Amino acid sequence: MPEADAPSSAEALYRALVVGRARTPVFAGAVEGADGAGEGANPLCGDRVAVSLRRDAEGRVAEIRHESDGCAICVAAADLMAETVSGLDAVAIGALRSGFEAMLRDGAAATSAPQRDRLGLLNAFADLHEYKSRRKCATLPWSALSAALAPDGKE
Amino acid sequence: MNAVLPVGPDLSALRADFPILGETVRGKKLVFLDSAASAQKPVQVIDAMSDAMRRQYANVHRGLHWMSERTSDVYEGVRDKVAAFLGAGAREEIVFTANSTAAINLVAHSFGSLLKPDQAVLISEMEHHANIIPWQLLRDRTGIALRVARVTDRGELDLDSLRAELADGKVGLVSVTHMSNVLGTVTPAAEIARMAHEAGARVMFDGSQAAVHQPVDVQALDADFYVFTGHKLYGPTGIGVLWARRELLEAMPPFLGGGDMIGTVRFEGSTWAEVPHKFEAGTPAILETIGLGAAIDYVQRIGMETIQAHERALTAHALQRLRAIEGLRVVGEAPERGGVISFALAGAHAHDIATLLDQNGIAVRAGTHCAEPLMRRLGLTSTARASFALYTTSEEVDVLADTLDRVRRFLA
Repeated sequence: MPEADAPSSAEALYRALVVGRARTPVFAGAVEGADGAGEGANPLCGDRVAVSLRRDAEGRVAEIRHESDGCAICVAAADLMAETVSGLDAVAIGALRSGFEAMLRDGAAATSAPQRDRLGLLNAFADLHEYKSRRKCATLPWSALSAALAPDGKE
Repeated sequence: MNAVLPVGPDLSALRADFPILGETVRGKKLVFLDSAASAQKPVQVIDAMSDAMRRQYANVHRGLHWMSERTSDVYEGVRDKVAAFLGAGAREEIVFTANSTAAINLVAHSFGSLLKPDQAVLISEMEHHANIIPWQLLRDRTGIALRVARVTDRGELDLDSLRAELADGKVGLVSVTHMSNVLGTVTPAAEIARMAHEAGARVMFDGSQAAVHQPVDVQALDADFYVFTGHKLYGPTGIGVLWARRELLEAMPPFLGGGDMIGTVRFEGSTWAEVPHKFEAGTPAILETIGLGAAIDYVQRIGMETIQAHERALTAHALQRLRAIEGLRVVGEAPERGGVISFALAGAHAHDIATLLDQNGIAVRAGTHCAEPLMRRLGLTSTARASFALYTTSEEVDVLADTLDRVRRFLA
């Protein structure tokens, strides 16, 4: 973070949307009259994410909110996830999650251009590939979302 | 950078003994401030282990050949070094274990089996999970009670609470840390031992941190059990120590059974080896024990008093620099403390701090530090922790403080 240095991967990661969204999430809160709700917790660090959502007649996410208590990566990941999955159905969300996890695991270089296009805002987390111990911070909201989409509220 | 540097002994020349300190991380010079989790190793330890593997190695205690006898001599020689390091009354009071956790589990199992169901074990709120879980397992197995002494808001062991828990005379063992791995607090061990003994209880200290940062004399403390681990003391992983009074070791049943811990073996019944071998089943961690011996030689040559003085000066400097950072709160205000400092930064999660420090080559720990109940007691979900060693310099503390200030502004 020395100001004079070229931005490192962590600094780029935190600058790109993450700090802003962590400080003032756009999708924070709970959906009134939700038809799905789920939680994810990471006992190792204490981070928690609760997701609530409402679907339209075709099963697409019409409204989604999250209540997140965690690090900047976790809160921003929950918020950008909420924005990205709005309008998608469970199948499309599953594909998006797989693509997101593959990008964290393999890095941006190994992610195809069409895949990057589909990930959209989520590309902000590409540099987490360099920080293996932090990847679960970004995937925790997706566990909560899967639980919210499951009939029994469990992932 | 206006802080006044408290003057301590200059140990910076010793950094040359630690090859890893010359490494770079993410393109930056490594600033290793996570020694409380595990310390780096000097060439003296590395060479001792590698020389043993290259030149003089065989199984111990059982061979009738030159290599086995020589290796047994070296191995048993480490027991003498550990006994001297702890001020033990006899070498037979030193039991080698895998680490502190294994040592505490040994006591929980073997001494624990001598406790009666109406007795209790008393721990404190600032224990590492290693000094909580074995007692919960014992409680669930035998029906003893597990009691917990409070910690004050300043992060000190609340002696009034300890006294109150001891008052009914039902506590059979007090098991508390000698130095908190989260707060750096050094507990008044001699006073705790006196209180325990007056109430008819035995006392054990978890010295995993304390034994690294200050001289320890188990007889002066009047302890009954004391444990520490090699890898935090600049030695290898896989070797730890239980010291216990001989009469206690003799009264306790074995923990693990197997070779080396027996007298005679018959199907209808077997007898046990003399202490400490009764508690050392199977081929021990021979190379790791040799490494521990080299580590003890190394710190003894420097002197634990010198190491303590160095870390005291460094900690005073660090507290001064860290407290000057806007929004930073040092967690734990005990005046008696060692070189471990936990802190929280307003508006910044400890994990984000750790990642941004790591980007600058600075290694700190972040999270609950294997002490969830303490974090809950302090109303925190996680802290960042910087910890010091004999090789830590005040320049490194300055790099930490300067970088933290930038992290604060970056995340604000």
